[in-house]
Amino acid sequence: MKLVLEGRPQPSRAAVWFAPLLATAATLVVGFVVFKAFGKDPLAAFDAFFIQPVATRYGIAELLLKATPLMLIATGLAIGYRANVWNIGAEGQLTLGAIAGGGVALAVGDAEWPSALLLTVMFAAGALAGMLWAAIPAWLRTRFNANEILTSLMLVYVATLLLSWLVHGPWRDPEGYNFPQSRLFTDSALLPNLVAETRLNAGLLIALAIVAIAWVFVRRHIVGFEMRVAGLAPAAANYAGIAAKRNVWLGMLAGGACAGIAGVGEAAGPIGQLLPSMSPGYGFAAIIVAFVGRLHPLGIVFASILMSLLYLGGESAQMNLALPSAVTGLFQGTLLFFLLAADVFVNFRVRVVQPAAAT
Amino acid sequence: MPDAHGGARLELRGITKQYPGVLANDRIDVDVLPGEIHAVLGENGAGKSTLMKIIYGIVKPDAGTIRWEGAPAHVANPAQARKLGIGMVFQHFSLFDTLTVADNIRLAVDEQDAAQLPARIRDVSARYGLTLDPARRVHTMSVGERQRVEIVRCLLQEPRLLIMDEPTSVLTPQAVLRLFDTLTKLAAEGCSILYISHKLDEIRAICHRATVLRAGRVTGTCDPRQETNATLARMMIGGDLPHPRHREVAAGKPALVVDALDLAADDPFGTTLRAISVTVRAGEIVGIAGVSGNGQKELLAALSGERTLDRAGAVTLCGKPAGRLAAYDRRRLGLAFVPEERLGRGAVPEMTLAENTLLTTRDGALVSHGFIRSEGVRAFAAKTIAAYGVKATGPDAVARSLSGGNLQKFIVGREINQQPKVLIAAQPTWGVDVGAAAQIRQALIDLRDNGVAVLVISEELDELMEICDRLAVIAQGRLSPAKPIHETSAEEIGILMAGTAETSGGDREALHA
Repeated sequence: MKLVLEGRPQPSRAAVWFAPLLATAATLVVGFVVFKAFGKDPLAAFDAFFIQPVATRYGIAELLLKATPLMLIATGLAIGYRANVWNIGAEGQLTLGAIAGGGVALAVGDAEWPSALLLTVMFAAGALAGMLWAAIPAWLRTRFNANEILTSLMLVYVATLLLSWLVHGPWRDPEGYNFPQSRLFTDSALLPNLVAETRLNAGLLIALAIVAIAWVFVRRHIVGFEMRVAGLAPAAANYAGIAAKRNVWLGMLAGGACAGIAGVGEAAGPIGQLLPSMSPGYGFAAIIVAFVGRLHPLGIVFASILMSLLYLGGESAQMNLALPSAVTGLFQGTLLFFLLAADVFVNFRVRVVQPAAAT
Repeated sequence: MPDAHGGARLELRGITKQYPGVLANDRIDVDVLPGEIHAVLGENGAGKSTLMKIIYGIVKPDAGTIRWEGAPAHVANPAQARKLGIGMVFQHFSLFDTLTVADNIRLAVDEQDAAQLPARIRDVSARYGLTLDPARRVHTMSVGERQRVEIVRCLLQEPRLLIMDEPTSVLTPQAVLRLFDTLTKLAAEGCSILYISHKLDEIRAICHRATVLRAGRVTGTCDPRQETNATLARMMIGGDLPHPRHREVAAGKPALVVDALDLAADDPFGTTLRAISVTVRAGEIVGIAGVSGNGQKELLAALSGERTLDRAGAVTLCGKPAGRLAAYDRRRLGLAFVPEERLGRGAVPEMTLAENTLLTTRDGALVSHGFIRSEGVRAFAAKTIAAYGVKATGPDAVARSLSGGNLQKFIVGREINQQPKVLIAAQPTWGVDVGAAAQIRQALIDLRDNGVAVLVISEELDELMEICDRLAVIAQGRLSPAKPIHETSAEEIGILMAGTAETSGGDREALHA
């Protein structure tokens, strides 16, 4: 008796949803081993990692707060990923969005703009800046065939340094005791809270609205369809007359806009000013979220909540168990690893065979 | 002729192979005698290739026994098969384009003494009439010559059983005759040959015995020389071959005009098109014959708009210059196009048939204001499936799950359902079973009868002779003038197919890279 993998005639619908669950379970097993290796009681560790962070109303609000930029960015990236446009630089686009949105907030300053108007201008500026940053790799790709994976990634560091220069230099808060940070935004430049005594704000609603729009675009609009075709079968896209360059532009700009909006959401939400770093790596974690969510908007919403839990759990494990914060990155990596491995079951199934009688 | 001492060289008993959803081989028994050319005849999907792969050790059977020269044999992999004395020439060659003939052969025949090899290649090729220059690079060779490399590579191992998988599908009529000489000679020396084909004339011409497969089972064994095409076809498809109806229609206005089209090759081993001119009128079928790799791929891309041209007037569609238009815009002028590759080009493998409909169809019932109307799309796909007898579970079946012939029927149906003014079809029946092929040919003829201009590019000369009104030949990037079908002959076409550099009646012997 032996096990063989055999191709499925049709990809399994069940496995599409089963694979992420399997990957999550496998990640927990690895977590068990890791906690054991650190000499911690695994059950207590799981409790500290996955239960305690969301045991309170505040905890759940934090969970959704952190999920907000992740789902937003992942939704934008997924549009490009479906068309094989690999934007890896969302972290940089987020930073540029925060710079532009924050720049508007700082420039308006105490001039009494209505909050709705100010926030609209801030988000528009952030989206445009994110798109502008994403347009650079798009142009390099369509003009010189430069690999967008490399160019978009490299621009992350440029964006980080740009923000760093701004908050250390021209935009530094003159009354900030020389700390590298901007002035605090005025109240009208801050997103309204959704739940009292938490940090959860209206950014979540913006993210969910964009997820819904993206869903309609991908599933119902012909351009979304064309981008899926381009990703699955480039020769078929060419045959159908779908312009490859347009897909690169759309894919990059969608990712850039969403990341830019997420950057404004961070600046105008939980942070309320510009700091040298506006995100604990949301732009990179969102890549994992996009794949764990199978590039599907609804899947991305769930995956972003899972990823957010890993962030909170990592912090909690650091505080309560004295584990290094790297444990968050370890869980993220393990999850992505198992997810890609579990993907095999979508197109293959395991079958038990008796040895062939032929000799 | 098979000798009569009774010992079969190869004995297959009860070979069974189950793939997910299909029983590819169902208790197959075959005996191959020494010196026998044994045909394995069957439609696409009948299980021929699976059976050959089992013999050659690529696929393991679920049940059944193989005996080789009287003793039980366990063929675990192709290397073991070669050691036993089994050689196989595949339909798709596995040669390195940038290497020479000798290098290609050296890679496969590892135990050979390298210094001796060129001499041995010359030896074997002279003995079997397979002219080859060991020092030539493969990319300069025609398909027929490449096949010779594959055959010589097998013969150097002195096989006692040679498996040939659809060997003539890429050859000119003259090259086919020469291949037959080689095979006859080999058989006379005692080598057994398993000859896989669905071409009935060929099998009747050279095979001593035929095993006919249908849906994974042996449906008969016969002496093909005693049979007619009709009786063989009945065994193969379980019914009679349909014959296309051809109605006389006066051709109308020119619908597709190609005028002095020049196009440089876009890859190093591609073909540059030179001054190609052809006119297809409404209500006629024009065929383009030729051995593959002579510019068909480039011409198709230029006609479909997958490659746009610098000069708008090089391609005129329904009176409008279209050379600079992309594929989508040409389609809006009334062009429909059936590409050679079904999976990945004509259809997205992972998408459903309904979604694949949207690749080329965008009318108001399917897409309005940029939004997809899924009911309309599904209805269109369902209509195509019903009208062309596509075997699929419905509009939601994934393209990849269909057999090649069924998917081809779907693609042809999808293109025809758009009521085009011009239809271009490349290899419309390539790898399609006989029944489906007849249906596709009939669909093309019906289209012509309804006043559509049809251009068919095919390597199957028989097919072109059957359905076309006029026929042109492409060779080395040049197109001969299209001649009415009754003013030409297979021989003349064959000579044109071999190209202008023709020297010894062969296929492009003297082509210089």
